[in-house]
Amino acid sequence: MSVTAAEGWVRQAKEQSWLSKLFDWKPFLVVMCLLPALGLLMVFLTYPLGLGIWLAFTDTTIGRSGRWVGIENFEFMIEDPIWWNAVFYSVFYTAVATVGKFGLGLWLALLLNNHLPFKSLLRAIILLPWIVPTVLTAVAFWWIYNPQFSVISYIFIELGLRETNIDFINTAWPARWSLIAANVWRGIPFVAISLLAGLQTISPSLYEAALLDGSSAWQRFRFITFPMLLPILAIVMTFSIIFTFTDFQLVYAITRGGPVNSTHLLATLAFQRGIPGGQLGEGAAIAVSMIPFLVFATLFSYFALARRKWQQGEAND
Amino acid sequence: MATVDIRQVRKAFGSTQILHGVSVAIEDGQFVVLVGPSGCGKSTLLRMLAGLENITGGEIAIGGRVVNNVPPKDRDIAMVFQNYALYPHMTVFQNMAFSMKLAGAPREVMEREVQKAAKILGLEQLLHRFPRQLSGGQRQRVAMGRAIVRNPQVFLFDEPLSNLDAKLRVQMRAEIKELHQRLKVTTVYVTHDQIEAMTMADLIVVMNHGRVEQAGQPLELYDRPANLFVAGFIGSPAMNMMEGRVEGGSFRGPGDVAWPLPLNGAPPPGGEVIYGIRPEHLRLDPEGLPATVHVVEPTGSETQVLMHVGGANLIGAFRERIIAKPGEILKVSPETSLVHLFDKGTGQRVGN
Repeated sequence: MSVTAAEGWVRQAKEQSWLSKLFDWKPFLVVMCLLPALGLLMVFLTYPLGLGIWLAFTDTTIGRSGRWVGIENFEFMIEDPIWWNAVFYSVFYTAVATVGKFGLGLWLALLLNNHLPFKSLLRAIILLPWIVPTVLTAVAFWWIYNPQFSVISYIFIELGLRETNIDFINTAWPARWSLIAANVWRGIPFVAISLLAGLQTISPSLYEAALLDGSSAWQRFRFITFPMLLPILAIVMTFSIIFTFTDFQLVYAITRGGPVNSTHLLATLAFQRGIPGGQLGEGAAIAVSMIPFLVFATLFSYFALARRKWQQGEAND
Repeated sequence: MATVDIRQVRKAFGSTQILHGVSVAIEDGQFVVLVGPSGCGKSTLLRMLAGLENITGGEIAIGGRVVNNVPPKDRDIAMVFQNYALYPHMTVFQNMAFSMKLAGAPREVMEREVQKAAKILGLEQLLHRFPRQLSGGQRQRVAMGRAIVRNPQVFLFDEPLSNLDAKLRVQMRAEIKELHQRLKVTTVYVTHDQIEAMTMADLIVVMNHGRVEQAGQPLELYDRPANLFVAGFIGSPAMNMMEGRVEGGSFRGPGDVAWPLPLNGAPPPGGEVIYGIRPEHLRLDPEGLPATVHVVEPTGSETQVLMHVGGANLIGAFRERIIAKPGEILKVSPETSLVHLFDKGTGQRVGN
């Protein structure tokens, strides 16, 4: 109908500028979009990791660039009883602290998932240990564990339960357990809040259905809560294991790996050798030796716990 | 199977009253539908029956036993939830066998009972699937299977069809009714859809604002609604209502149009009443009242016409195929014997 009105006018393609042409060119656009992410990864992740691995194969010390020495650092490390000691304590520390954190964290999450008065206030309080800077936690615990002024010792003596102060951090095993306690205290909020988030995704009608099916409280936990929480549990546990295994601040601030190297984790030992000890190559080798443990822990929790069959999509099996 | 007696049941959440003394007597093997608009308390009443909500006042008895303080698992009831509440980490078999597993039933019993229920519902091929791998209708069937396996005294359904598409809803409606005829278990079914209520129920309980407006058989509610609410709620399209007075043997509606009154039990003259006539009870009549056509909606089986009579908006549903343009005049008159009159003040039915 309007053909006659438009007669004599021909739509002309507008000439594009070279800049807009360039941005319309897909390869250029892809490179432009990837560049910031790649750049950040290269500068802050790949370079330090690569440098660390490179240093592990040299005899670099502070103030002198090193030479390639092959696996000499690792050979030395394998024969070093202090390294073995650190490996043992890292595994022990991670295992015991993880069990403690998840036991208490899950318990706390289950409690908080109920209708409690002042629920949001309680949740905020639970988060406190996590938002306090680690070094502050460490100082607090260092004071709590102080041989002379420990508040715990004070209470025990006042109550008449003990005659002398408790020796927390000046002999090997009490020091190891004390550090684990501090780590558990600090780690609980992360576990509790993450698991609480997981608990809240479980539909209340499932519990009602289970209630009508005749389940007890324990059976509801065992057959509904636990299996439905498992995927989230797996992810939180992977993170928790990595954080705990690579822990540095708490241990270094409270005991500095002492007494007599008994509480060294791999991270604190690597730092001790590399920076105060000046043996950058050796320190780097110790740090690199953590990688297999972390890869193993990650793969284990990923494959053993994550992605159950029931979560997978519509596929017919 | 059992009777269910709900006597003067009240429910309050804090200071908010949800149910104000509801009484319903359900006979053994009856299919009862609780129907009403959202927030009328029908789901709350069902959950109280299941034991998922406590009872503020009154009594609920199942099979003659007062269950006010009986925990849900000992009430011998099974419930189908609106969202089905299937356990996502269990297969169809495990979902259906869960209650028996909790009760410590041996494997053969579980196999036998689940197979039996699966056969009734046509789920035999799906027993190893997870809920994720099922369609909406299949999930609905699994939820019913889980209830059947329990072999309960009373089935409770909480808006079970509202998550399905229209076609499937009609199909499942028939399936549920058939299942009830087969198992003959007392059933309480909650819905907000009056068509579902009309088609499925032996007894409909219409609820509004935490009270029972009327309880009765579906056609009884349709033919003789006890009040304005039931009259407006049951039936689709809804009943036409006009305000006016009774004067000189006829009803004076909007625009002073004179409508014929039912012959028997007509109210005394001068009363303020509401005149109700269902769309399907208006008929074309050369002697009738003039109605201006506004919208014509042909549905195939009938023609619905929106029209104005003396300022009142009316809907008529006619069997005839009406080809009328907007603005044209049709002559209509009501089936006099099927007119409903309600008191304007109380909303209660008056006359016949």
